[in-house]
Order: sequence, then structure tokens, then C-alpha cells
Amino acid sequence: MARNPVTWLGSPTFPKAAHKALADTQLRQNLRKATGTIRGRRAAAVAEMTDWEQLRVAGEQIKNDVLARLDTLLVQLEESVTARGGVVHWARDAEEANRIVLDLCREEQATEVVKVKSMATAEIGLNEALEAGGVHAVETDLAELIVQLGDDRPSHILVPAIHRNRSEIREIFQRRMGVEVSDEPADLAEAARVHLREKFLTTKVAISGANFAVADTGSIVVLESEGNGRMCLTLPDTLITVMGIEKLVPSWQDLEVFLQLLPRSSTAERMNPYTSVWTGVTPGDGPQRFHLVLIDNGRTATLRDSVGRQALRCIRCSACLNVCPVYERTGGQSYGSVYPGPIGAILTPQLVGDMRDPQAASLPYASSLCGACFEVCPVRIDIPSVLTHLRAEAVEAKGRTAESVAMAAAAWMFKEASRYEKAQRAGALARFLARDGRITSLPWPGSRWTSSRDAPAPPSESFRAWWRRNRG
Amino acid sequence: MASAREEILQRIRDARVPAAEPVVRGYRDTGPGGVELFAERVADYRAVVHVVTDVPEALDRLRGKRIVVPPDVPAEWLVDGVEWLHEPLTIEELDRSDGVLTGCAVAIADTGTIVLDGGVAQGRRALTLLPDHHLCVVRADQIAASVPEALHRLEPTRPLTFISGPSATSDIELNRVEGVHGPRTLEVLVIT
Ligand code: SF4
Repeated sequence: MARNPVTWLGSPTFPKAAHKALADTQLRQNLRKATGTIRGRRAAAVAEMTDWEQLRVAGEQIKNDVLARLDTLLVQLEESVTARGGVVHWARDAEEANRIVLDLCREEQATEVVKVKSMATAEIGLNEALEAGGVHAVETDLAELIVQLGDDRPSHILVPAIHRNRSEIREIFQRRMGVEVSDEPADLAEAARVHLREKFLTTKVAISGANFAVADTGSIVVLESEGNGRMCLTLPDTLITVMGIEKLVPSWQDLEVFLQLLPRSSTAERMNPYTSVWTGVTPGDGPQRFHLVLIDNGRTATLRDSVGRQALRCIRCSACLNVCPVYERTGGQSYGSVYPGPIGAILTPQLVGDMRDPQAASLPYASSLCGACFEVCPVRIDIPSVLTHLRAEAVEAKGRTAESVAMAAAAWMFKEASRYEKAQRAGALARFLARDGRITSLPWPGSRWTSSRDAPAPPSESFRAWWRRNRG
Repeated sequence: MASAREEILQRIRDARVPAAEPVVRGYRDTGPGGVELFAERVADYRAVVHVVTDVPEALDRLRGKRIVVPPDVPAEWLVDGVEWLHEPLTIEELDRSDGVLTGCAVAIADTGTIVLDGGVAQGRRALTLLPDHHLCVVRADQIAASVPEALHRLEPTRPLTFISGPSATSDIELNRVEGVHGPRTLEVLVIT
């Protein structure tokens, strides 16, 4: 089987990559500023909701139901989409998905396509596969465009260029667009508007992802901010949507939960500027050819793991990245995957599906198990539990002594003595490495990071209490 | 060899995921609602809101402009002094216009959102996308209190666009900046 492109070929293990990233002060500064801003705003957006916890529980339950009935719901989705004039394709892995999309582009004789930001297509390395097949994919989301023009890699699931500050973006735009522009965000946005306008008006094929697909109606939902999504979903003749098989909700009513959870969790808004919903093809309005490509690419293998499968509830809001003290310091690229941060630490190794892969096996160690990710997750994914579970798997697969694995993973953070002095004083290192080498207690004193965590609306039970109850 | 479809479905069945507990919808399905809350929340997105009693009067501001209208635009909206652009219009014509005037299907007070469904006085989706200025008329009775109420009123198989403020991005240092690809000005006329 071909390797899963969810991790980047040749990426070092997390500790190695993180060690390098820690030395990059500009990166740390950019990330601290950006994640600090969004943390505060998210907390305010969530505090406004008196029923946030009830929404989270419903979100969790709906997604659990989807995973329990996934086969039936997928067949139902296929029927509804087909009945409304769409064509459904199935792909076992990245290679198969990329071939399907490339063939569809060739059928339309397209040499250039416009794209709406999509994690699924990033995960399967679609742009590279299309390029190799002679089709150029133009990213239209501002942050994706910054990454694409900068020949860079993404570092965040919502804002892939979060590691770039305004002056770096200005430099990339001037160099690649050949325009004079200031470093004012409004001017940078304007430059992107001008740069892409012609493409939107003339390109015949668009590729998108999907935030949700409603099984019983066949409706596909995309949330966005800039209007680039609407452009791609409305103006071209042909629309190809690539979607992970877990992105379903059973019914239209279920969306009322996610349309409340997602915007507040991701961009800290009551509602994102634009949400588009379409069902197959509508005569006289929008693309007249619609293809839906459903991809597995490691998801069914993840589904087999009774602890790990909850990662498939993820709605890619990125709240867990924004609160993660490890992510804030190492940046997203250290994770060597399009899925960085806490969700990446549990999803990526499962999608790779091979714990003998040292890079994938190092990812569950990219965490201090502080629990902030669980507290903010809108679908209540218990990331710390899955991390611990996957660490055990990594140890087993490796056949090395447990201690050596844990040590290697922990080494990077303790090397910077002064930075983590506080942690050591608190005896965290000793507790970090329990006798059997498993991580069995909460390392790192929370103080440093709890102060920067967004405070309100934790679940009824704090992570510490939960930990005591489950691990105590 | 089994098809990809069969193989994926089989793998899902082989995973033997146990049935899930029933979904408890303990969240609120309504809210205070009302014109005032809606107007306030729309304004929070830096959209322009006018609460008015009469549409034609409020349209005076469009004098001298070239404004797109949907095919079934109410006749009384077509006030004098404005160059009204009627369908069929090409993409280029839409792009070169000064703005577009439409109604909506539903609005949401809680979130300051307008929803278009291609129904009465709305036209196809491109109409409200390419012009740089979108004027949207919302009747007070179209305002749902909450997201659940709004979804309940909508027909999911129609092409839907939820609009909350003008086009924006949070991609530069995670700060919201208005005005990228969609209309840079959103003006909402609430009719009471
Ligand atoms: S794991 Fe939860 S918090 Fe993290 S991106 Fe997914 S849904 Fe959001």
C-alpha cells in the first residue's frame, strides 16, 4: 500500500522538529500573539451561550450516532445526492481519491481549477497529485494562498498561515504577485481580492471540501468567511467536493447544533460570514455538474479502535490548537502533518495506521496532558485519554523499553532548562515518568498555562477531577 | 476485486461500533428574538442596518447607481432615479454593477444572520455574490429567534446562503478584517 500522505515525507519525529521550532523566536512570537487573541475571543463567544454544555453533549452524541450507523448513513447520503443529480464516488485511500479527481478534471478538460480550503484535500495531497497530472490548483482561501505563494507548509487547520505575521505576508505577496502593498491587513486582503477575481470569473471547475453532509437530504454544507467559498461553489460549471466519510450528520435538524458550536469554537464569532448549503444540482443556479468524492484514507481503521475512534467526531474547529501550550511553542509544522496540535497528535497516527513509523509514533507524546483541549472541544473528544492510549500502543509497537520512548519524547521540553525550570521544581519530571514508563500523571505545573487558558464554561467536571476519577 | 464502495462499507461493518445513546437535545431552541436584537447583532458585524417602515423611501440612497434586482423584484422597490439591472445578466455585468437589492427567506436574531434560499425576491446565488454592495430587505416576521428556529423554517434542498455581515477574513494574525471576495458592504433594511 502506498504511504499515507497525511504526514509529510521525511518529517523528523516530533521531539526533533519541536526542538528546532523552539529556537525560532519569531515563530513563537507570531503564534503567541495569534493564539492569545483567539483564545480570549473564543471564551467571550462561548460565555454568551447559557446552553453551551448542552450543545456540546448533543454534538458528541450526534457524532457518536453517526459513527455507529456510518454504513447506513453513507448509503443514504449517496441515494439523496444521486436523486438530486449529483454523482458519488468512493475512494479507499489518498491515491484512489486523487485519481478520481484528476480524471474528473480531465473529463472537463480543465488545466486550472479553483479550490476552497479543505482539510480532506490537503490530507490526501491533492494539489501535488493534480500538478503532476497537469492540472494547476489555485488556492483561494487567504491563508492557503499565503502558504501556496510562500511555497510553505500549513501550520494550523483553520488558518494555515498562522505562523506568518503581517509583514511576512506582505513580503510574500510583493514577491509573488508583483504588487506594492502595505502590511495593513485590509490592504493585504484587497491584494488577494484583486489577485483572484479574474480566476473566479473564468475558471470552469472548482474543488471544495465539506464541513457537513446531511444524510437524509443529501445537502452539503461549507462554512467560510471570505466569500471565496461562495465563488467556487456558485460560479463554475462543475463542482467536485472531497469529503471524509465521517463528516455526516443524520438529519437537517442536527445542523442546528453544529452551526452553533463551530463558528464560536473556530473563529470566535456568533456566526461565520458565509455558510453555503447545496443539494445535488439546482437548475439555473450554480454548477450544473456535481461530484462528491467520499474518502476513507485510514478512517475505517481508526473506527475499529474503541478508544481512538472518538477522534472521528472532530469538526476541525481548531479550538484545541489555540489553547495548547505545546502547540503554541512548537508551531504546527513540528507535527509533520496537515493535522497539527492536539487533534493531530491523536488523528494523524491513527490515519497513518502504523505505530512502527517513528514519526507517527512520536506524535502522541506531543502533549503535556494538561487537558485544555478536552475542555474546549465542542464535540467533547477526550484527547488526553486517546493520547495515553496511543502512547501505550506506540510503546508496544516499538518493542523498546518504555522508559526510552518516554524519555526521548520528553527530552525536548526539558532541554531548555530555564524555560521549564518551574516544571522541574514542581517535581513534574519525576511524575511524568512513572515506574512503567507510561505517562500517568499531570506533568508541568498548570500555573503558567492555566493563566493563558480561556477560563469560562469548562465542563461540569474539570480535567483534574476527571483524571483522578479515571486514572486515580 | 470488491469495489471501493463495497470495501469501505464492509470495513465499517467490521469495526462493529456499538449503537450510540439517544441524542439529548437539552439546548435551548428559541430565544428572545425581535427586531431590536437582530439589528444589534447585524451591526456587530459592521454591517449597516436601518429599521424602516417603508422600503421605497429607504431606497432613495441608491439614486444614480446601477443596481441588480432579482427577476421577481416587487414593483414598488423599483424607485425612480436608479438604473435597475434585470436578468439575464452575465457574470461580467454582475461584477461591474454597483450593487444588488434582494429580499431574504429567513433571518436569525441570535446571530444577526440573513438566509437566502433563491425564493421570492432573491434570484440565483451569483446575484448576491458579485456586486460589491448587497442591500437586503428583511421583514420583521421573517426574523427567527434562534438557529434551531431558522433551520426549521428552511427547506434544506434549496440552495441556501447564510450571510452574517460583509465578507471578512481572520487569516492575518487571527483578527477579523472586513472585505475580501464577497460584497464588502452589507446593508440591511428591516421593515417593521
Ligand atoms: S478535536 Fe475538538 S477542539 Fe480540536 S479541532 Fe477537533 S473539534 Fe475542534
